[in-house]
Amino acid sequence: MSKDILNKRVEDASNKTLYNKITFGDLIKFGIVGVVFGIVFVKAEIISWFRIQEMFRFQSFHMYGIIGSAVIVGMISVWLINTFNIKTIDGEKIKINKKPFTLGTIIGGFLFGIGWAITGACPGPIFAQIGTGATVIILTVISAIAGTWLYGLVRHKIPH
Amino acid sequence: MLYLLYFGGSFGFSANLRTICSMSGAGKNVKFFDFNWKSQIWNLIFLIGGLAGGFISSHYMYDGKTANISQNTIHDLQKLGFSAPDEIQPKELFSREAVFSLKGFFLLAVGGLMVGFGARYAGGCTSGHAISGISDLQIPSIIAVVGFFIGGLIMTHILFPVIF
Repeated sequence: MSKDILNKRVEDASNKTLYNKITFGDLIKFGIVGVVFGIVFVKAEIISWFRIQEMFRFQSFHMYGIIGSAVIVGMISVWLINTFNIKTIDGEKIKINKKPFTLGTIIGGFLFGIGWAITGACPGPIFAQIGTGATVIILTVISAIAGTWLYGLVRHKIPH
Repeated sequence: MLYLLYFGGSFGFSANLRTICSMSGAGKNVKFFDFNWKSQIWNLIFLIGGLAGGFISSHYMYDGKTANISQNTIHDLQKLGFSAPDEIQPKELFSREAVFSLKGFFLLAVGGLMVGFGARYAGGCTSGHAISGISDLQIPSIIAVVGFFIGGLIMTHILFPVIF
């Protein structure tokens, strides 16, 4: 079972040939969405290390409110997509990747949580953090890339 | 998120870290990175956009206000030796001096390593699991988020007082 899951993950990434040839329009499109996200990350203060600490200390509703509303918007989106059979801009069917459950979901999740609490960084806002001028966070990014690489290296040796 | 799905992407930031590995040639010796990274360019552009967005909002839209952090958190962190949040990140961890100290370097490096490793091992991060996965009511995502919190809570409440 675990081998299938490992192979599936490789396929999931390789099958997205949709944007194999990226056009100038795509560039603008995703670029703009990215800029909007970056601004929202800063304005909503989710790039703040202090906000993450607040969350893990259950001392403010701030992060829960943001994640909660994102989930609600997400649920409505999923419902709309399924109900009205919404296609992507290129007419492809939208499918949301099913995440497999493995032992890694627990262990990996646990490790991620520890790292999240120290660095105050998720892999998305981390780039907006650098954008704000916190250049030392490049160190966190490099180690996160190293961590990803390490996973790729040992994934067949660790339980899934 | 709806936009990204609509444009044909899938919402998940940590996948970018894998793409960067693949771009740098890691696919030659590790199969996990041997995929067509060009197909993930959209996600990288999205990332660069995010970086630019961070720059724009902090340089051109900055209103001089700092995050209104809960007094309890400020108080708890002060006990551990963190100063009040007058910037986005605490200087005890993110100033140049801190990073060039052995402890500071070690903390960010190990933390980053765990974020990268954990996200791939769990199959996603905050955006992929907590937001996309739970929106789609996927059980593995809920378990992963519980895992994120167990890790974060242990770090914050048990390990922080030891480290700082």
